[in-house]
Amino acid sequence: MTTPTLTTPQSLAGSPAAPAVSASVALPVKGPLLTRTGWSAFVVALIVVCAIAPALNLWVPESSALHMSTYAVALLGKIMCYAIAALAMDLIWGYTGILSLGHGVFFALGGYVMGMYLMRQIGLEGNYKSNLPDFMVFLDWKTLPWHWTFSDSFAATLFLIVAVPAVVAFVFGYFAFRSRIKGVYFSIITQAMTFAAMLLFFRNETGFGGNNGFTDFKRILDIPIATPSMRMTLFVMTGLTLLGFFLFAKWLVGSKFGRVLQAIRDAETRVMFSGYSPLGYKLTIWVISAVMCAVAGALYVPQVGIINPGEMSPANSIEIAIWAAVGGRASLIGPIVGAFIVNGAKSWLTVAYPEFWLYFLGALFIGVTLFLPNGVVGLVKKLRKGAEQ
Amino acid sequence: MPLRLLLLWAALFLTVQAHALTAEEARALALGETDTRVEALNKAAVSADDKTVAFIQALSDDAVKTSGSQVFIVKDDKAFDPVTGAEKPLPADAEDVINPNLMRSELDNALAALKLLSGDAKLRAEAIKTLAGESDEARLPLIEKAWAAETVPALKSQLELMRAAILLGSSDKAKRLEAAALLSASKNPATKTVLIERLSSEPDADVKVALKAALAKVESSLVWGDRLGAIFSGISLGSILLLVALGLAITYGLMGVINMAHGELMMIGAYATYVVQGLFQKYLPSAFDWYLLAAVPVAFMASALVGAALERGVIRFLYGRPLETLLATWGISLMLQQAVRSIFGAQNVGVENPVWMSGGVQVLGNLSLPYNRLVIIGFAVAVLLGMAFLISKTRLGLFVRGVTQNRPIASCMGVNTARIDTYAFALGSGIAGLAGCALSQVGNVGPDLGQGYIVDAFMVVVLGGVGQLAGTVYAALGLGILNKFLEGWVGAVLAKIAVLVFIIVFIQKRPQGIFAMKGRSAEA
Repeated sequence: MTTPTLTTPQSLAGSPAAPAVSASVALPVKGPLLTRTGWSAFVVALIVVCAIAPALNLWVPESSALHMSTYAVALLGKIMCYAIAALAMDLIWGYTGILSLGHGVFFALGGYVMGMYLMRQIGLEGNYKSNLPDFMVFLDWKTLPWHWTFSDSFAATLFLIVAVPAVVAFVFGYFAFRSRIKGVYFSIITQAMTFAAMLLFFRNETGFGGNNGFTDFKRILDIPIATPSMRMTLFVMTGLTLLGFFLFAKWLVGSKFGRVLQAIRDAETRVMFSGYSPLGYKLTIWVISAVMCAVAGALYVPQVGIINPGEMSPANSIEIAIWAAVGGRASLIGPIVGAFIVNGAKSWLTVAYPEFWLYFLGALFIGVTLFLPNGVVGLVKKLRKGAEQ
Repeated sequence: MPLRLLLLWAALFLTVQAHALTAEEARALALGETDTRVEALNKAAVSADDKTVAFIQALSDDAVKTSGSQVFIVKDDKAFDPVTGAEKPLPADAEDVINPNLMRSELDNALAALKLLSGDAKLRAEAIKTLAGESDEARLPLIEKAWAAETVPALKSQLELMRAAILLGSSDKAKRLEAAALLSASKNPATKTVLIERLSSEPDADVKVALKAALAKVESSLVWGDRLGAIFSGISLGSILLLVALGLAITYGLMGVINMAHGELMMIGAYATYVVQGLFQKYLPSAFDWYLLAAVPVAFMASALVGAALERGVIRFLYGRPLETLLATWGISLMLQQAVRSIFGAQNVGVENPVWMSGGVQVLGNLSLPYNRLVIIGFAVAVLLGMAFLISKTRLGLFVRGVTQNRPIASCMGVNTARIDTYAFALGSGIAGLAGCALSQVGNVGPDLGQGYIVDAFMVVVLGGVGQLAGTVYAALGLGILNKFLEGWVGAVLAKIAVLVFIIVFIQKRPQGIFAMKGRSAEA
């Protein structure tokens, strides 16, 4: 939303001086997916995630200064999940101009689907030695509710991680975009959605563990979950997913589809008058973004070891937006950088100066919107340009 | 126990002469085996004077200590002699009196029985509360006596209900039938529970029929109270939503500023009320009952000033960029919350109702309207009227409308649009402060007071239609009543979810709210 939207038809009609559109408009030449430096950076990132981090964590002895602690693995793994969510937010907000304040729902849905599988994997080792998850025994339930039917199959879980949020996003998005709810209206409605979902998941009857959610996971794919090698595997998977999604997003925004999205962002009315129906485009990117977020949530849960309805609180969703904003919207590296900066600062500040964290976060919201409309990445670009001149 | 109680009460009625507490009695009550203590208690209660009551009360409050054969009542770290009431030094080896559960319940019963005949209506009400829910037939004579002596109508009807409930548990069929007939005339919701309970355990068919008839009669006389009660609490919630949303109707509805810190401006109003309350407690305790009147303008000004500062400092740079405004004001809300936590602490603070706002009017047996709710409804109406007047009749209102409708032309006419923006935003914030002041009277005052209302408030404005005062009013009342009716039907949380879903669906049909402004914009 860097360019002001032209809001009235008059303003379109009122520019007769615009050059007549010639029949053969040359499309801009499509650039390579990544530049040369871009690819080298990508390969470096790939090596760091797949080789260096595991080596430093698993094979370098703990006494060594180069050893990567379990805490660092957990923290970085968690932040990479956040980075995926920020990337998803960037596609819908930075490139399509739709600010969602409800992405926490998709993140949590992915997490809950994964959590259900992990709860079933506990098997008979729960506190009550029952086949059912502990909280169901506690509620005196005798059988699994219907929505837990496929939760013991890993393949079905993988499918549902994608399918559940996709269906929810499709239904919600279809109705919202069809009646052309946009801008702040859409943001507020998504916030209401996440608020309603949170209230629903807080209830015990919903069958998702109520307040406490899911925790105390023991195994994944019958392998103990808390071992260093399992942690590292999840870490590498998260890193690969992040890099993969990054390439995918890069390809997406460079394609014709992505260009229409940006046109919708800058002047939706013009896009409509040019003969495009924005509904399909908006809906597609909305569902893609929701699914990416859900995958992030599914990777997040086994690493953090807990999922509860708090993930759906409006504050969490809006925080995803600030990661994207801090890093820089409408650039794909921006949200990833932003997620690392904000969450790095969070994990340091909440330990060192807990009372200052909210001041810092609040100031970040204000400062970025007032002074850094293009985020850190935009700032770096600007400084570099200044240096060149 | 029943027999013993019976004896106690029988003795109670026979002995009118009160006799003073003696040192031996105090010792017998506080020391020795539980059985002998209970016996002593029963004896003492027969002819209790004020000192004996005070001593039994102290025993029940665990405020009695003993040392050797000496007995003390301990109050505020000082020891008193229970017989003379004189202050005495507490020996270092003084021990607490331990009350086993049996002793404790005997103490409670003795106290309640003593209080039931007390001259103070408040004490009697308390005693009735303690004794309610027990249907021991041994209580009957006492309750009948208290009932005959009772003068306060509300207490009298409670005693009657208690009497009937005890009769209902009687083994005599005729008595049970009598009780059912008695209860059928009751307009008290508690009667319903009593009847339903008895119905499930009643062996006799005749009595069952009588009970069912009584139940139907009670229910039919309760139904209107229930309905009106739901409507009243709906209107009450609606009036709160209206107060919360009115400020937004200006900042969001007229100015188009998405202010996520609106809830925090309310919080500031509530804390301003708290501060005023503290000042009154400290400097003007005699006028404490009227602190709320002083708090209203203070809450308005506090929030208005913060609002003006926000507009000047942050929001004015973001006009025309609603999504950025949303994020920046969210940041502001986080900082304001944390600021309040730093100043007042993370705990909720206590704001008291003034005396004239506590209590309520009893309209029907099961419908009472609390004064604080009534005052808030009146307050919401007053704020609404005041705002409507301000916007439609005053010069400032004219300028605000002019600037929001057509900024360049207003500017050409010589209106200082930047200043009007600040005033309008401060006005909206001030009304949020008033809402906070009102909320402090019905709910908790804490740092996250605003968070709970912000989603609701936006829903009201969105539902009512942007830029529409009338729409805001209808939406607030409609949502309030809808919410309360659903609450009675499916419970609070599901009701909330249902309302949110309803709004999401509604917006599909009428994206511009109930009262859409007619226009031909392609963006509509």
